[in-house]
Amino acid sequence: MAASRFRIRPAVVMLAVVTAVSAFPLYFMVVMASRPNEDITSVPPPLWPGDRLMDNVDRVLGNPDVTFEQALVNSVVVSLVCTVSVVFFSCLAGFAFAKLRFVGRQPLLAFVLITMMVPVQLGMIPLYMLMSKLHLAGQLPAVMLPFLVSAFGVFLMRQYVVQSVPDELLEAARLDGASIFRTFWYVVMPILRPGAAVLALLTFMERWNDFLWPYLVLDVEHPTVQVALSRLAGGYYTDQALIMAGTLLGVVPLLLVFLLFGRQIVGGILEGGLKS
Amino acid sequence: MPDLRRAEPVLPGSSSGSRAGLAVPSGETAVMASPPDPRPRRRRSGAVVSRQERIAGPLFVSPFFLVFAAFGLFPVVFTLWVSLHDWSLLGDRTWVGLDNYRALVEDDHFWNALTNTLGIFVLATVPQLLMALGLAALLNEKIRARTFWRMGVLLPNITSVAAVGIIFTLLFARDFGLVNWTLGHVGVDPIGWQDHRWSSWLAISIMVDWRWTGYNALIFLAALQAVPRDIYEAAEIDGANAWRQFWSITVPLLRPTILFVVLVSTIGGIQLFTEPLLFNSGANAITGGTTRQFQTLTMYLYEKAFTGLEFGYASTIAWVMFLVIAVVGLVNALLVRRLRSVD
Repeated sequence: MAASRFRIRPAVVMLAVVTAVSAFPLYFMVVMASRPNEDITSVPPPLWPGDRLMDNVDRVLGNPDVTFEQALVNSVVVSLVCTVSVVFFSCLAGFAFAKLRFVGRQPLLAFVLITMMVPVQLGMIPLYMLMSKLHLAGQLPAVMLPFLVSAFGVFLMRQYVVQSVPDELLEAARLDGASIFRTFWYVVMPILRPGAAVLALLTFMERWNDFLWPYLVLDVEHPTVQVALSRLAGGYYTDQALIMAGTLLGVVPLLLVFLLFGRQIVGGILEGGLKS
Repeated sequence: MPDLRRAEPVLPGSSSGSRAGLAVPSGETAVMASPPDPRPRRRRSGAVVSRQERIAGPLFVSPFFLVFAAFGLFPVVFTLWVSLHDWSLLGDRTWVGLDNYRALVEDDHFWNALTNTLGIFVLATVPQLLMALGLAALLNEKIRARTFWRMGVLLPNITSVAAVGIIFTLLFARDFGLVNWTLGHVGVDPIGWQDHRWSSWLAISIMVDWRWTGYNALIFLAALQAVPRDIYEAAEIDGANAWRQFWSITVPLLRPTILFVVLVSTIGGIQLFTEPLLFNSGANAITGGTTRQFQTLTMYLYEKAFTGLEFGYASTIAWVMFLVIAVVGLVNALLVRRLRSVD
């Protein structure tokens, strides 16, 4: 054991360095968000947090040009709606692909896999035209509609059903006279809960952080947090303390989620990696 | 599978028995080919094909396909149609055939954006994959507090791209930025990171790598954990050092995963948008610097579509980006395939 302890150390030192590099920009954000704007020009640059965090946060939230409070609410709404929808429809489709026999099952599943590799972002121009036609351009439903389902989610949940739902259980439910949807809802869903939770976390983070499409389609009155941030930093303000406080507000909700569920998120990504 | 399809109508009665011993995928072919049968039939898998099931299957997967068809597939395919027109925001359109594509070939701004995109992609991706591989090897060591380190390397990926762009732009500020201040200690004069092609590419690559290296390391780690440890023990007995073990065992065994990560990085990298957009503040952010030194393809597409309102031309750029992604993906796949010949 003594020998192995010596071999471990360099790895830990290097990991510590990597973690420090990972954390530093976020730490720097906190430092800048908690100081008066004048400190931005001080040399050497400040490396310790100040005491102005709440001031700066108040200035962001009270900012008349960027409706930041509304943006936070919008992001929560968009992310939650998409997450609930993606998880539900992924479980439903995943269950069907794993356990039900129906016409075209295999080709459809192959199609789901292929769509994961297609950069659908490149369809953004017709998508924008479509949203205009539906009179949704500028509004929140425009950023929700395309992301109510996820090919990755369907695939992930299908794998999860294959691994964790025994056929005997479905058979028993059938003999009890349960309909397929009842079986899905009362027998399968409870088993899928851990997998669904991971999918929910990954989906929520992805939607919260999404930028290009919301930036493109949302108008000034209905921004998400990321869009509001880009507007804050878009050159109309030189107040870096304000910008950093806004950035902090945009990042903190996910940081909290990450602190609470980091183990599950890491587990989900490792699982996803194995599936690839 | 084709055999089964042929056999099925001939032997409807015995079908469930003959199918039971076969691989699962045959199921739906069977249902398709056999005559309607009101009685539920049992499979060895325990699943039952009843009328209810035949309806429930398509019903359960239909929400995915309906939403995807409307908001994923249709726009992508329709992009091709739009690219063959002069198409304004209001929907006025004139058929122009391949004119947009001809114009694109002679468009200096397009070639500039393509160069920037590919340049930043290579500059970001090559070191990123090497670092991610190394990091995965570190994370795979027998260490304490595994979850802590894994969360540590994933932290940047939790941060939104917009936040990354904003924070790093401040770090790279010319006069008071932390990067220039640090470089000043080793005698480097302040660099205007946005001003030159090389420096802006480098700064943007660093943003991309900061956000994605840890994530890819976890993908590699998942694959590494599936490699049996005794291979390494045997190599050690044979006298292979750590470096040689890495190149001769780890890399070849990880080839499928490397391929996957490279393809995903290609799809993401060619569509790079947010970091360079936020790297440049002001009204002209979309042009990526005064001489377009870091305007990427997606930025140019956006500029044409939503500043110039040339939807047809912008759609042409989108389709060419598809091609670029396909070609770069293919080249990368071939390169990864050659990795095997290293050992």
